Amino acid sequence: MNWLLEPFQYGFMLRGLLASLLVGVLCAVMGTYVVVRGMAFLGDAMAHAILPGVAVSYLLGANLLVGALVAAIVVALGIGFFSKGGMVKEDTAIGILFAAALALGVAMISSINTYAVDLSHILFGDVLGVSSGDLWLTGGLGLVVLLVVAINFKQFMVISFDPVLAATLRLPAKFLRNLMLVLLAVTVVISLQTVGVGLSVAMLITPAATAYLLTRRLFSMMVISALIGAVSSLIGLYASFFFNIVSGSAIVLTATFIFIIVFLFNPRKGILVSGQ
Amino acid sequence: MDNESLNEPARLEINNISVGYGNVPVLQDVSFDVQHGSRIAIVGPNGAGKSTLFKALVGLLPLMEGEIYIHSLPLGHHLDCVAYVPQRGEVDWKFPATVADVVMMGRFGKMGWLAAPKRKDWDVVHKSLNQMGIEDLANKHISDLSGGQQQRVFLARALAQQPHIFLMDEPFTGVDSTTQEATLYLLDHLQEEMVTVLISTHDLNLAATRFDNILLLNRRIYGYGKASEIFTTDILSKAFGSHVLAIEDASLLVDDCCPPGDEHDEHKEGH
Repeated sequence: MNWLLEPFQYGFMLRGLLASLLVGVLCAVMGTYVVVRGMAFLGDAMAHAILPGVAVSYLLGANLLVGALVAAIVVALGIGFFSKGGMVKEDTAIGILFAAALALGVAMISSINTYAVDLSHILFGDVLGVSSGDLWLTGGLGLVVLLVVAINFKQFMVISFDPVLAATLRLPAKFLRNLMLVLLAVTVVISLQTVGVGLSVAMLITPAATAYLLTRRLFSMMVISALIGAVSSLIGLYASFFFNIVSGSAIVLTATFIFIIVFLFNPRKGILVSGQ
Repeated sequence: MDNESLNEPARLEINNISVGYGNVPVLQDVSFDVQHGSRIAIVGPNGAGKSTLFKALVGLLPLMEGEIYIHSLPLGHHLDCVAYVPQRGEVDWKFPATVADVVMMGRFGKMGWLAAPKRKDWDVVHKSLNQMGIEDLANKHISDLSGGQQQRVFLARALAQQPHIFLMDEPFTGVDSTTQEATLYLLDHLQEEMVTVLISTHDLNLAATRFDNILLLNRRIYGYGKASEIFTTDILSKAFGSHVLAIEDASLLVDDCCPPGDEHDEHKEGH
């Protein structure tokens, strides 16, 4: 049993574990909406769009998470602004803004002399570099996101399944949609620490997509997804410690492995189970 | 139905409304009144604006001009008294939900923002499922349903809303005979409950035999009244144009139902 506890005698490993679990659960919960609403592209775009915010806060010496959060929310609202009224399709608006923000971010970071190390941390995460300040911020934001989801669970379900019913029920659909985008932005920013810009979309969609294969009700999908997210984070972190792999990659590969297993063997329509 | 709904006149007044997408009106200068508990069939060629009218009635599309009054109050003052049964294609049937989950959504307007479904809500849900003959499907996932069953789930959900005004968009299009029967049975039931019903349909026989009034629509109103007054060669030719073939005293109308790219698709880019 000792080897199980061995990694966590170090403070940075324990902080890393807590951050990974939090990100695993949070991404999986918001990822449920991403999967059922078909917003994977938006989630990916948001992760990349964070870059200029990170660069600006780096230049100003401010907290990177705060800068990232501001950038993500600006981009989320910008997508809404350009696609409003049907002049530009939503996925087109996403593509334009996401590429522009990424280009701006890379341009800014490339002008910073010591960029090399930091850029790789932003792109692929640096779970062992989580400070206790980061952990408190992550934990606080994470709790807020989960609380908002719990409060609006029914309403989010209706706007995701049937926007027309939402209008008939006089739900504030526009407000709820924007709220969901902001929650998604916060989640992506938090995931920056453990899996980085490049891989955060995987933490959003892989556990949720796996859960979708196992259940067909929104709430249980969310719970199973959160469980898979947490387990992937835990196993991934161990793999990262013992095999000396980048933590973000290890976590994402674990989640992918679980997805493949469930895809092949799930009782509903697993390929190997039904014998097709 | 609760008692208040019976005392209140479920009267719908539409005054000179113009509605459309962006700045382009689809419907212009439309006015009509609907009496408490009456049944109206809305007919007209594809692209006539039947779905647009429904979307205006539930507040999905803003009015460019005119007013809509429900129980003499402007649209939006009665929070949940209008139920709308959209065409089945408008939602993603792979959404993770059971039949009972979807029907329960109809109750959300009557529940608090945070409240979980109570015993009474479940009772209404099961009664609605029962009325549509799909109680045995309650725990089935919605992706496992046939088209007709999907339609009945939508009808049950609208019933669970306990509305005063019931709008149905093409409920007879592309459904099996069981669903058609269930829908007709529902119409009778709604009449007993004094619920006002508006449906759009391409089935002119059904419109003539099962409804109190016909609203003939093609971007504007071409006629509103009893089937015998509306279904004349003269009025139909004006609304349907070349689709009406006049043969001496009789006339033949070919109202094709929903070819690919009908009115619902044409306006999609405007959303």
